[in-house]
Amino acid sequence: MPTLPQFLSQAFNGIALGSLLALIASGLSIILGTLGVLNFAHGAMFMLGAYAGFVVLSHFDSFALALALGALMLLLVGFATERGLIRFYYRRPPEDQILVTFGLGIMMVEAVRYIFGPLSQRVPLPSWGQGIVDFGFFLYPLYRVEVIGFVAVLLLGFYILLYRTRIGLVVRAGIEDPLMVELLGTHVRRMFLVVFCMGSMAAGIAGVVYAPLAAVIPNMGESFLVQCFVVVVIGGLGSFPGAVVGGIIVGEILSVTTLFDPAYAQAAIYAVMTLVLIVRPRGLFGTMGRL
Amino acid sequence: MQGSSGWRLQRWLPELAMLAALLVLPFAFDRWFGSVDLFTRILIWGIFGLGFDLLFGRTGLLSFGQGAFYGTGGFVTAYLLTSNTLDNVWLAMAIGIAAAAVFSVVVGFLALRRVGIYFAMITLAFGELSYFLENSPLANWTGGENGLPGVPAPSIAVGSFKYNFAGSWSGYQLVAGFFFVGFMFARFIVNSPVGAVLTAIRQNPLRTAALGHDVGAYKLAVFVLAAIFAGCGGVLLGIFQSYMPPDAFALDTSGQLVIQTVIGGAGTLIGPTVGAAIWLTLRDLLQQVSAIGDLWKFILGLVFVLLVTFMPNGVVGTIVRLWSRFRPRATHAAIVAAHPDGAVAREALLAPLPTASARGAAPSAFALEARDIRKAYGGIRAVDGVSLALLDGCFHAIIGPNGAGKSTFLRLLKREEAADSGRILLHGVDITAADVTAAYQYGLAKSYQINQLFPQLTVRQNLRIGALGRHRGRLRLDIFRAADSFPKVEKVIAALLDELGLTTCADLTVNTLPYGEKRRLELGLALASRPSVLLLDEPLAGLSPAEREGVKQLIRNLRKGRTVVLVEHDMDAVFELAEQITVLHEGRKLAEGTPKQIANDPLVKEAYLGGAAMP
Repeated sequence: MPTLPQFLSQAFNGIALGSLLALIASGLSIILGTLGVLNFAHGAMFMLGAYAGFVVLSHFDSFALALALGALMLLLVGFATERGLIRFYYRRPPEDQILVTFGLGIMMVEAVRYIFGPLSQRVPLPSWGQGIVDFGFFLYPLYRVEVIGFVAVLLLGFYILLYRTRIGLVVRAGIEDPLMVELLGTHVRRMFLVVFCMGSMAAGIAGVVYAPLAAVIPNMGESFLVQCFVVVVIGGLGSFPGAVVGGIIVGEILSVTTLFDPAYAQAAIYAVMTLVLIVRPRGLFGTMGRL
Repeated sequence: MQGSSGWRLQRWLPELAMLAALLVLPFAFDRWFGSVDLFTRILIWGIFGLGFDLLFGRTGLLSFGQGAFYGTGGFVTAYLLTSNTLDNVWLAMAIGIAAAAVFSVVVGFLALRRVGIYFAMITLAFGELSYFLENSPLANWTGGENGLPGVPAPSIAVGSFKYNFAGSWSGYQLVAGFFFVGFMFARFIVNSPVGAVLTAIRQNPLRTAALGHDVGAYKLAVFVLAAIFAGCGGVLLGIFQSYMPPDAFALDTSGQLVIQTVIGGAGTLIGPTVGAAIWLTLRDLLQQVSAIGDLWKFILGLVFVLLVTFMPNGVVGTIVRLWSRFRPRATHAAIVAAHPDGAVAREALLAPLPTASARGAAPSAFALEARDIRKAYGGIRAVDGVSLALLDGCFHAIIGPNGAGKSTFLRLLKREEAADSGRILLHGVDITAADVTAAYQYGLAKSYQINQLFPQLTVRQNLRIGALGRHRGRLRLDIFRAADSFPKVEKVIAALLDELGLTTCADLTVNTLPYGEKRRLELGLALASRPSVLLLDEPLAGLSPAEREGVKQLIRNLRKGRTVVLVEHDMDAVFELAEQITVLHEGRKLAEGTPKQIANDPLVKEAYLGGAAMP
C-alpha cells in the first residue's frame, strides 16, 4: 500500500493535471456547445501553445512573454482557422467538421515535426518555479503548486468572462439555442468567431503552462485530445462547470490509479466514462435534448 | 426486371471488373514498385475499409476506433499461433475474427447509445483504451510495445497437394482471395434489404424507426459487420508480415482508415481501397523525393483537407457522379408500361393487412382506444387526460386551436413518445409499452406534419423502405437477396405509385421533387405498410387549393377498410371528410360528436373565437 505522503503528492499531481485538462476541455466544450463543431485539432492547438512556450522559455526567462506569445499565436491560429475553414462547414454535417479538423490537426503536428524535429525536447522551468515546497509531511515541486494556482486563476477568469460579462451571456445563450440568439439580433457568426478564438486560446495557454512540466513532442496533443473527449463526455456537452469538474475527476483518476498500478491508469478513465454513459448519458452537468 | 441475361450480367459486372483488376494490377505493381507487397498492403487496408464503408459510407456512423477491432483480430490470432496454443492457422484466424466481433458487440452496445459527434468521441476513446490495454496490462500476451513476431501463414493440403501462403506472391493470393470474397459479401449487403435500411437510417433514422425497422439493432449489426471486416484485415496483416505490430491499435490506424475512405469516396465500397492506394503510393513516392521527404504526411494532410472541402464525394464518388450524368435514364413511357394494374387490382393490393386481433387475439369493436392519456412537459400539461375510442373503419378528426395538444396526442398514439400515464389499445391489444417501431408492426402508421422523407433516395426506394418494414419485420439479416426481390412488395409499391400519381417520377430522387409531390409521398410512406389504423397529422399543410383537392380525394380512396385519425386546420376539409370529431382545448377534450353536433356546439365556438371565461 502507498504511504499517505505518496498518496497526497499523487492527489496533488491529479489536481495539477486535472486543472490543465479542465482548461483545455473547457475550450473544446464551449466551441462544441456554441458552434456545434467538435474540434479534432484542439489537441494540436494545445501542442502549438506548448511549442510557443518552448521557444520563448529556452531563449528568455520570461514566463509572461511565453504566455503572451502563446495566447497571441493561438488567437491568430484560431482566427485563421475559423475564417479560412470552419465557417464554410457550419452548414455541413457534423461528420465533415470532424474530418476537416482532424486533417487540420495532422497538418499542424506535421508542420511542427518538420520545423522542430520529431524528438521530445525539454523546456526550462522559469526561475521562480524552481525549487520544492515542504508541506510538512511531504515535499512537492514548487512549479506544480504554481500551476494549480495559475490555472485556477485562468479558470476563474474564464468563468467571469462567461458568467459575468455581456459577451459571456450571449455565448451561453448561444450554447442553449444559437437560432434564438440570432433572432434576437446578435450577429451569431461573429460570436462563433469570438468563441472559436477563445477556445483556441484556452488550449494554447494550457500548452504554455504545461510545457515546463514535461517535455514537448509534436504528437503530445493526441493523448490530451482523447482525455478531453472523456472529460466532455463525463462533464456534459457544452457545460463549463462540467468541463472543470470532469477535468479534475479525470486528472485524479489518472494520478491515483498510477499510484497503485500505472498500467491501468488510462483504462480507468475509460471505465468511468463507460459508467457515466450507462448511468447518465448526458454527463454530469449536461442538459437533455442536445444530441 | 429479373430473369433476362442482360440484367444478370449487369448485376455481376462489378465483381467481374474486380476480378480482372486483382489479376492484372499485381503485375503492374510488381513492375513499377519492384514487388507486389505494396498492392497486398493496399488490399489489406481495402478489406478493413469495406467494413468501414458499410458503417460510415452507408449508415453514416463515423467511428474513430476501428483500430480496436483490427488490432483485436490480429493479436488474438497472432497470440494463438505464436504461443503454440493452436496449430491450425485457419482456426486461429477464425477465432481472431470472432474475437473482434465479440469485442464490437460490447463497444457497439455502449457507443451506439449516442449519435454523431458523441459516437465519434466514444469510439475514439474505446480505440485508445484498447491501445493502452494492449501496451501494458496485456503486454504478457501481446508483447507490449514489441508486438508479436513470427506469425505463421496458413496452408492448404488436398491429398498430396500442399500449398503454403507464406511469401510475397502467395501472401498476395491469400489477401486477394479474402478481399474478393469480402467485396462480394459487401456487395450483397448493399443490394439487400438490409443495405436499403442502412441507407435509410443514414438519411432519416427517426422515420426509419417509425416505418417498422429496429434502427438500434441494424446499427449494432452493421457495427459488428464492420468489426468482422476489421478483424479480418488485422489477421491478414499479422500473417502477411509474419509480425503483428502494436500500432494496429493506434489512433493513427483508425485515423488513416477514415482519411483513406474519405479520399477514395465514402459509400462506394471500393473508395477505401482507392484511398489506400493513393495514400500508400503517394507516401512511397513522396518519401523518395529528398526535398519533401519529411513533409509527406503534411502534404497528405493538406490534400485531405482540400478534398473534404471541395470534393466531399471523394475520387470514386466524383467519378460515379460524372458517369451518372451521361447514363441513359429510363423513359417515362417505359415505366408506365411496366405495371398495367387496373383500379380493382390496385385497391386489393392497398387494402389493410390483417391485424393482431384478426389473427386470433380477443376481438374488439374498437380499432384504437386511448384511455386517460396524460403528458406534461415541465409544468405544461400538453395532454391532460384524453380518452378516445374509435370504431373500426371510422374516420375521426381531432381539431382544436393551436397548442391544444393535437400533435402531441398523435405522437403519443403512435408511441413516438411515452405518455406519462394512460393506456393505448390497438384492436384490443395493449400497445402502451410498445415503441414506435412495434406500433408500426401492429399496423399503426402515421404521416407527419413536416415531411419526413429519405431525400437522397428515389420515390420508389422511399416507398420500399415503408413496405419492407412490415413485410420483413423489425429485424432480418436477409443479406443474400436483393432489396427489390419481394414480388408482393414491388406490386404494392407499383399500385401505390399509381394511386399517389407519382408513377412518372418513381425513379427520381426525392429532393428534386416539388413540395406537392413530396407531400403525397409522405402520405404514401404511411400507407406502404398497408396499415389498419392511419394517423394523419395535417396532411393538407402548405398545399395549394388544387393540390388540396387531390390529396382529399386520395384520402377518400385510401380510407376504405381502415380507421383514420386526422388532425387538420382546414375546417372545410375536416367537416367534409370526418364522421366523428373530437375537439381538444388546452390538453383536454372539449367536445365530441358528429360534424353537425360540433358545428353547433357553443363551447367549441367559444374556444375557437378565443373566449376567455369557460362556463
